[in-house]
Order: sequence, then structure tokens, then C-alpha cells
Amino acid sequence: MPKKEIKSKAAPKPKKESIAVKPESKLSELEATRERKNVLMQGNEAVAYGALDAGVNFFAGYPITPSTEVAEILAAELPKRGGTFIQMEDEIASICAITGASLAGAKSLTATSGPGFSLMQEGIGFAKITETPCVVVNVQRMGPSTGMPTSPAQGDMMQAKWGSHGDSPAIVLYPATVKESYELTIRAVNLSEKYRTCVILLLDEVIGHMREAVKLPDMANVRVINRIKPTVPPHWYKHYDENQKYLSPLASYGEGYRFHVTGLTHDSHGFPTNKSSEAAEMMARLRKKIDYNIRDLVQIESYQMEDAKIAIFTAGITARAAKAAIAMARYEGIKVGLLRPLTIWPFPDDAVRKMLRNVETVIVPELNQGQLIHEIQRLTKDKSDGNLIPIQRVDGQLITPNDILRKIKEVS
Amino acid sequence: MANIPQRIIHEYLRHDKKFPHVWCAGCSNGIVLGAIIRAIASMNLDRDDIVMVSGIGCSSRMPVYVDFNTLHTLHGRSIAYATGVKLHKPNLKVIVVTGDGDCTAIGGNHLIHAARRNIDLKVILINNNIYGMTGGQCSPTTPHEAVATTAPYGNIEPDFNVCNLAMGAGASFVARTTAFHVQEMQGIIKDAMDHPGFSLIEVVSACPVIFGRLNKKGGAPQMMKDFRDNSIPLAAVDKLPPEKVEGKIIRGILRREIRPEYTAQYADLVKRVQAKEGE
Repeated sequence: MPKKEIKSKAAPKPKKESIAVKPESKLSELEATRERKNVLMQGNEAVAYGALDAGVNFFAGYPITPSTEVAEILAAELPKRGGTFIQMEDEIASICAITGASLAGAKSLTATSGPGFSLMQEGIGFAKITETPCVVVNVQRMGPSTGMPTSPAQGDMMQAKWGSHGDSPAIVLYPATVKESYELTIRAVNLSEKYRTCVILLLDEVIGHMREAVKLPDMANVRVINRIKPTVPPHWYKHYDENQKYLSPLASYGEGYRFHVTGLTHDSHGFPTNKSSEAAEMMARLRKKIDYNIRDLVQIESYQMEDAKIAIFTAGITARAAKAAIAMARYEGIKVGLLRPLTIWPFPDDAVRKMLRNVETVIVPELNQGQLIHEIQRLTKDKSDGNLIPIQRVDGQLITPNDILRKIKEVS
Repeated sequence: MANIPQRIIHEYLRHDKKFPHVWCAGCSNGIVLGAIIRAIASMNLDRDDIVMVSGIGCSSRMPVYVDFNTLHTLHGRSIAYATGVKLHKPNLKVIVVTGDGDCTAIGGNHLIHAARRNIDLKVILINNNIYGMTGGQCSPTTPHEAVATTAPYGNIEPDFNVCNLAMGAGASFVARTTAFHVQEMQGIIKDAMDHPGFSLIEVVSACPVIFGRLNKKGGAPQMMKDFRDNSIPLAAVDKLPPEKVEGKIIRGILRREIRPEYTAQYADLVKRVQAKEGE
């Protein structure tokens, strides 16, 4: 979780604010002080409550298995808090509506699964090029196409990065537990506000639907980041006016700034341009925003890696199987550890390079036909392929601890 | 210096940013832009409270020129974006400028559902019967047998009656006018701005450079004359024999009825739920 809270500064023309803010509910006050208990909770529920705790006040979505619970909970909870829920006519409309709402000042989120995620790609690209904060939760199911709607797969890792046409650097988070689903939802919302982009949260179907005992933090301990508001008068405002770290203030519609937003390549004021120099500048900003802040964005878990000769690199539910396999292998004296990215994009290059220096073999189990493994391959030019071992499964079943243990024994 | 009068529209244009505009000579889009601005100026609306949203196409280039809050979105999706803006800040007046291809082909789904919800968006659909920006392909409103680059032997499909489509979907304000009838258009836009609910205004417009040329319509002035001669006001329809109405553009407010508006209903729902929570 980022350390510093960025507070919004007062806008020069606050006259519209009073109309824009919806009535605060008693519930939010209660929620702010309530001590939270240990509860049994589903991953999708954790996402919904994480969104609420992060300050999400706008949800637009469309029913799809296995993410529907997120919409159902928010349909019940958002009105209580004065927020907005709308069920749109499809997933395309959903991503568009949350982007529009965000430009009007909302913290917005939608949740979907593979087929809906595919439909949203053009809208995700629009949110990225217009640098509009929003969050898309994709509870992954087995694909391609309709596939196996209630079965797990980790097949959307590359789509989360490359799904939209054109180069558009991505921030993609990947939880492995119910508690982490809550935490990373908050982090996704925070990062979207801070970096002004569409952040994607990838869940595995089994994490979305699995119930675990979770004690959510009391609201007083939840760090929430809000977008930086402009402090300049309207005629000075540039919609894409970055500071050294490529983070720019964001005005909302109705605050007197009257800015223009377009999906066309634009200049720093937001007006369309055909000039190569301005196009290059815009593309560079989108890229640098991520590259210059990689330390803030990347999160990894390093598990029993200190003395490991074999490393397992995987994310989400498969990392949990890996941990069980590690316990069994260690019992037999095999030195094996796990490196697990919580942020899969941007890819944790530095951590992976360090891992590759210290181990002899890397096993990459994933519920697809090879996605993360290509990123490791990219970083293993000086090693022979024999040291990089895939475990892949695409039949709607999970990779089990025994599958991984067998491979560990094979290579040790 | 000559004494050049300052016109109202000039106060509302981003003159230092985005001119000259992209539209061809003889295009109706500028006429519609002028009518929108004059209607808004006459209503004393605060321009900070106006959001103009558009999709992709010739008409959808309009927002960049006006000094409102403006949002130029994806092809067909303007109404979906506008729904998000309006729903989060219901106090804003949200105008959607769209074309026949943008609104009734790729965006048809969003049109009918926004109409069904009766969300307070003002959709101004500039219908030039063709895809102009991509060079003259056939749209859902290209007339039967008309020529387009993708219908070189004549269009075999029937065309949409856009107003009937919107009314069928439940729009509470539906009107049609043409680019020739500027005063009428201005009045209708004002009426729509005052109407609490989903409003669709179809402006039958001229694309002399592409649609006109392909279909030998005789240039911009002739197309405007055709709008004058081939359209009849709604009030006159009943007085004319059916054969004189056949094939004409019927102008006027075709529907204006008050029914619950979506954002108002949502505000009520929030109140209701919160009152129950407070108990």
C-alpha cells in the first residue's frame, strides 16, 4: 500500500461542489468507526467491500459468471452510502459509463469476466489515452469464448496488458487470497486515482467464489488516495499537465474548467493533434507514468527464497498450490521457494533478475498454455531453456500441490 | 476596421484552439452547431453546467469547437458515456451530438436503452444518411435504393425511421426537423433542454459532398431547397390527403410526455434506502 496520502487541494471555483456531492449517509459514519470482526467472506464480496472502503461511489456493470456477486453486493450497498449503481445494457456500455462518471468526479469501478473483458477493451484503451481513473475487475474464467463459465483459468494475463489496440502501458494487480482481494481492490482504486489510468484487477474464478475467514481492517486504518485536483484558475488548466513523476491534476466536469477529452491523440490541453512531436510526447507520457514509478507499482511476495535452488514463479491461486508443494518438498529437504507477483504488469523485472541469479531452476505453473513464462524467458537470455520448466493446465481444473511437487522432484 | 458585429456563437466557440473546422463546404453540421449555441444562449444556462458528448463521425467532431465541458468518445458509445456523466452529476445538462451511423448502427443498443430508462440526455442526431467521415458508406438511414460506396448498385436494405425507433423504445421527447428550418430547430432544442427526460431530436441534414454527389442531389443549395419542399409540419399532416404526406419529412415535436426520469428516480431510491437504514 502506498505510504503517502495525496489530499486534494481546494479548487479555485468550488461553487459547483455543493450540488455535486450526494448526501452523506449515516451508514458511512457508522462504518467509519465500527470495529470489524472476523467474517467468512467470498473473494467477490471482498472486492465489493474493498471498493466501498476505497471510496468507490459509482458502479456500472453487466451480469456475468463468475463476477456477478460484485454487482449484486454493490447494487445493495451503494445506495445506502449515496453512491450510484446502474446495470447497463452490456459490458461496453459499462466501461463507458464508469469512464464518463469518473470524468464527472466519481470513483468508479466495474466487474466482469472473460467475454465481458474482451468487449471492454476499446473502452479500456479510451480510459488510458484520456488518463481517466477507473478500475476493471476481471474474475477470470476458462476461455476462449464462452468456454467454461464456472471453471478457473489464468488465460487473461496477456489480454490484461495487450488487449486494447495500440501501445498502452498497463497496471494489473493479481490477488491470491480473499483478504488480498480486498486489499488489492483498494490498491487498484488508489493507483487509478494516483496515476489517472484504468487499473485492472485479475481474480481467479476460485478466488472470486472461495470463502475464507477474513478480518477486514477498521476503516481508520484504510489508506485512501484521491486524485489531485487542480489549483490553477480555469484558463491556466491543462488536462494533461504532468509533474516530474508524470502525475497530473484532474478537474471534473461541472467545476468550471470546461476541458476537452478525446480518444484522438491529443496535446497537453486535450485537443486533438496530428503533430508528430505532440503525438510522441503523449505516448511518452503514458509510458513514463508507469516506468518512472515502477517501485511504487510493483509488489511481490518472496517466500522461502533465501536459500532456494529451485524457484517457483506464479500468481493467484496457483501460487497457493505452490506454497503447499514447497512445504512438502522442504520436508524432504529440497530447497525450493516461491516468487509471486501481486502486480503482474508492470512486470517485476528486477525481482525476477535477482531470482534468476540465485537459483538453478525456475518452475512456472500457470492455468494457461504459457503466458507468464514468456516474461521469464525474456529475462533468461544467458540460461538454457532446460532450466525453465513450465507446468500448464487448461482443462478447467487447478494445478495441484502434487503436480508441482512431482515437477520439483523431477528437477532437483 | 470595418464594423463587424460580434455574434453570440463567437462567445461560445473555442476560436483560438480548433479552427478552421473539419467540415466540408455545404455541410449542415455548422448550422446545427449554431442552433444549439443560440438555443443555449437564449436560455441563460451556465456553460460550466453543460456537457457535450459525442461519438465518432463528422457530426461527432462538434464538441471540440464549443466552450463547454466536452467529451469526444468512441464510435457509437456517446450515450453510454453521457449516462455515466449524467448519473454522477444530475445537475449537469448533458447534450449528446451524434450521427446516423454512430447512433443507430453501432450505438443502437445504447440509444434504445437510454430511451427506455428515460434518462435526461438531449440527443441531437444529425442524420445525413451516410458515413461521411469514412467516405460515403451506407448507414442504417441510407434510403432504399440510394447509392453509397458500399452499396454501389443501390441499397437493398430498408432504412430506419429514427424517431419511430426512439418512440418505440420509450423516449419521452422526440422531434424531427431539417437543417433548412433553423428557427424551428432552435425552438425544438430549447424545448428539449427544458424537457425532463430522454430527448431525441433528429435533424435531417445535407452531406452534399458525398451523399449528394453519389445520389445526384444537385449540391448544397438544392438539397436545402429539397428539405424545404419535401417536408411538412406535423400540424399540417392531418389536413393533407395521404398521398401528399407519403415520402415527406414530417417535422415537429412528435412526442412530448412526462414520465419518471431516471436520475430523479435514482435519487428517490437513495432517499428511500437511506431512510430505511436510519430506522
